[in-house]
Amino acid sequence: MKRLSVPALLAAVFAVLVWASQTGAMNIYWQSVVMFMGVNIILSSSLNIINGNMGEFSCGHAGFMAVGAYVSSVLSVALFAKSAAFGDPLLSPHLAVWIFPLVLLAGALAASLVGLLVAIPSFKTRGDYLAIITIAAAYIVKSTIENIGIIGGARGFMGMSSVMRAMNDTANLPWIMIWVVLGTIFSVWLIRRFIYSTFGKGVDAISQDEIAAEIMSVDTDRVKLVAFMVSCGLAGLAGGLFAHILGYVNPGSFTILKSTEVMVMVYLGGMGSLSGSVLSAILITLLMEALRPLQIVKWVVIPLLLVLLMQFRPEGIMGRRELADVFPGLRKFYKFKG
Amino acid sequence: MALLDVKDMTQYFGGLCAVSEFSVALEEGQLAALIGPNGAGKTTVFNLVSGFYKPTRGEILFKGRSIKGLKPHDVTARGIARTFQNIRLWFDMTVLDNIRIAQYHALGYGLLDCFLRTPRYMKREREIEEHAMNVLERLGLREVAGEFPKNLPYGVQRLVEIARALSIKPALLMLDEPAAGLNSSDVEGLIKLIGDIHKDFGLAIWMIEHQMDVVMSLCSWIKVIDFGATIAEGTPEEIQNNPEVIKAYLGDDTI
Repeated sequence: MKRLSVPALLAAVFAVLVWASQTGAMNIYWQSVVMFMGVNIILSSSLNIINGNMGEFSCGHAGFMAVGAYVSSVLSVALFAKSAAFGDPLLSPHLAVWIFPLVLLAGALAASLVGLLVAIPSFKTRGDYLAIITIAAAYIVKSTIENIGIIGGARGFMGMSSVMRAMNDTANLPWIMIWVVLGTIFSVWLIRRFIYSTFGKGVDAISQDEIAAEIMSVDTDRVKLVAFMVSCGLAGLAGGLFAHILGYVNPGSFTILKSTEVMVMVYLGGMGSLSGSVLSAILITLLMEALRPLQIVKWVVIPLLLVLLMQFRPEGIMGRRELADVFPGLRKFYKFKG
Repeated sequence: MALLDVKDMTQYFGGLCAVSEFSVALEEGQLAALIGPNGAGKTTVFNLVSGFYKPTRGEILFKGRSIKGLKPHDVTARGIARTFQNIRLWFDMTVLDNIRIAQYHALGYGLLDCFLRTPRYMKREREIEEHAMNVLERLGLREVAGEFPKNLPYGVQRLVEIARALSIKPALLMLDEPAAGLNSSDVEGLIKLIGDIHKDFGLAIWMIEHQMDVVMSLCSWIKVIDFGATIAEGTPEEIQNNPEVIKAYLGDDTI
């Protein structure tokens, strides 16, 4: 039972969401809230590897998300849709259902390669200096996209909705919901396996004492490289999903404001706590929706929350702990570690 | 052939000569000490050997192969473990995790194994945990395996640090002032512990130490440096009566 409780729960959540989207039991608005929740979970739990576990300060997560969003959008439109920029589809649109995960993966890979832009300087640089490099990397990505004409430049890029429609023609299912939920589960599962292995614990070792890590045989450069690439790659995956939910991307969606939003989720959840990142991504998404009637004042309330958080609970909701540490009763139902 | 063979190692920091023409040859299983007044350059010698600095001149051979210019984690992987003057544990991780991470050089699996939990990954993780528990058992630390080092008393933290260094299965263990901050009864325990480790694990130990009772009762060979230069070397008896050493520690009586 211990082994199967979590997969069973996730399968049930997956089934309910797909069923509710299919039958319309959940309206379009709530569907999109749930999907953005998924994207935010991927973003915050992947940023948590760098800002939480490794103790660095990356403010450029939106940049890597943009890489994933654009690469996967361009690929999916070029492969499966008729567009002004790329002409007729290269493959039959009916293949979209099967090849779409690979398209997302390609976006993630591209983002993780761009992550090298930050990973390599991190060998020599730490803290504030690295934070500035992450901002620079995000700006490089954004201005590059703005200056490539064929993908729409600053006007943005569209056509992904026809890919989603093509999937619907193949099999009438709420495909985007399926991909988002699967992508979210996949990401959290990947991160969890990474950070609980001895390999991944090297990341924590670096944050707590880098010199000790190096002298105790941890190849710190390699660990940083892997951690940055995993984190940026998953941000790219989130970006790909984000682009396909909206059916339209523009560089303006990936500004420092987006990076800040993700950082707020990490700090609210508790640095270095995976379950904290997941929980706070859910909370923040709901909060953003609840505060929507406030319109622009929302951007006063949310930063204010951050100020209050830092004043009264700087360690975040969970601190460094996980759900099973806070509620030991949960251990009866699932094995948290290992 | 000596286990560690350092030849004419010299290190400049800008214009300052921190270590000059330092040579040493440690045999397998030898217990040796490096002593000298404060600021003599002892820790710099350790930092040079363990790869934190690359010496300006000279050669460092370990098991007959040059380790000069290697990164610290590579030096450690070849079998040189060390501890620090001030304790450098990962204080927010359990003692067991502290030891597990020190097995990084022999991880034996990659990122994909870790994602897919391949049989190789499962096997290595199990072995690493068993090995870590064995090391803790041998040093009588089994009870604290699940504790965070920050919650442990200072003496136990020192012990955990030594356990962590030993878990690497080094051929040479370098201890940088292991007795620093210990009271006299702890020091007695430490002398016994180091003697036992030396016997049980059959490794060479090279230590920097200020407490003479530790050095004199354990080490068969001592090297004394001052201002980066070697001023004496020999057995404990020879060192105790060496006028140069007495001068370096107590000063000259001529005014």
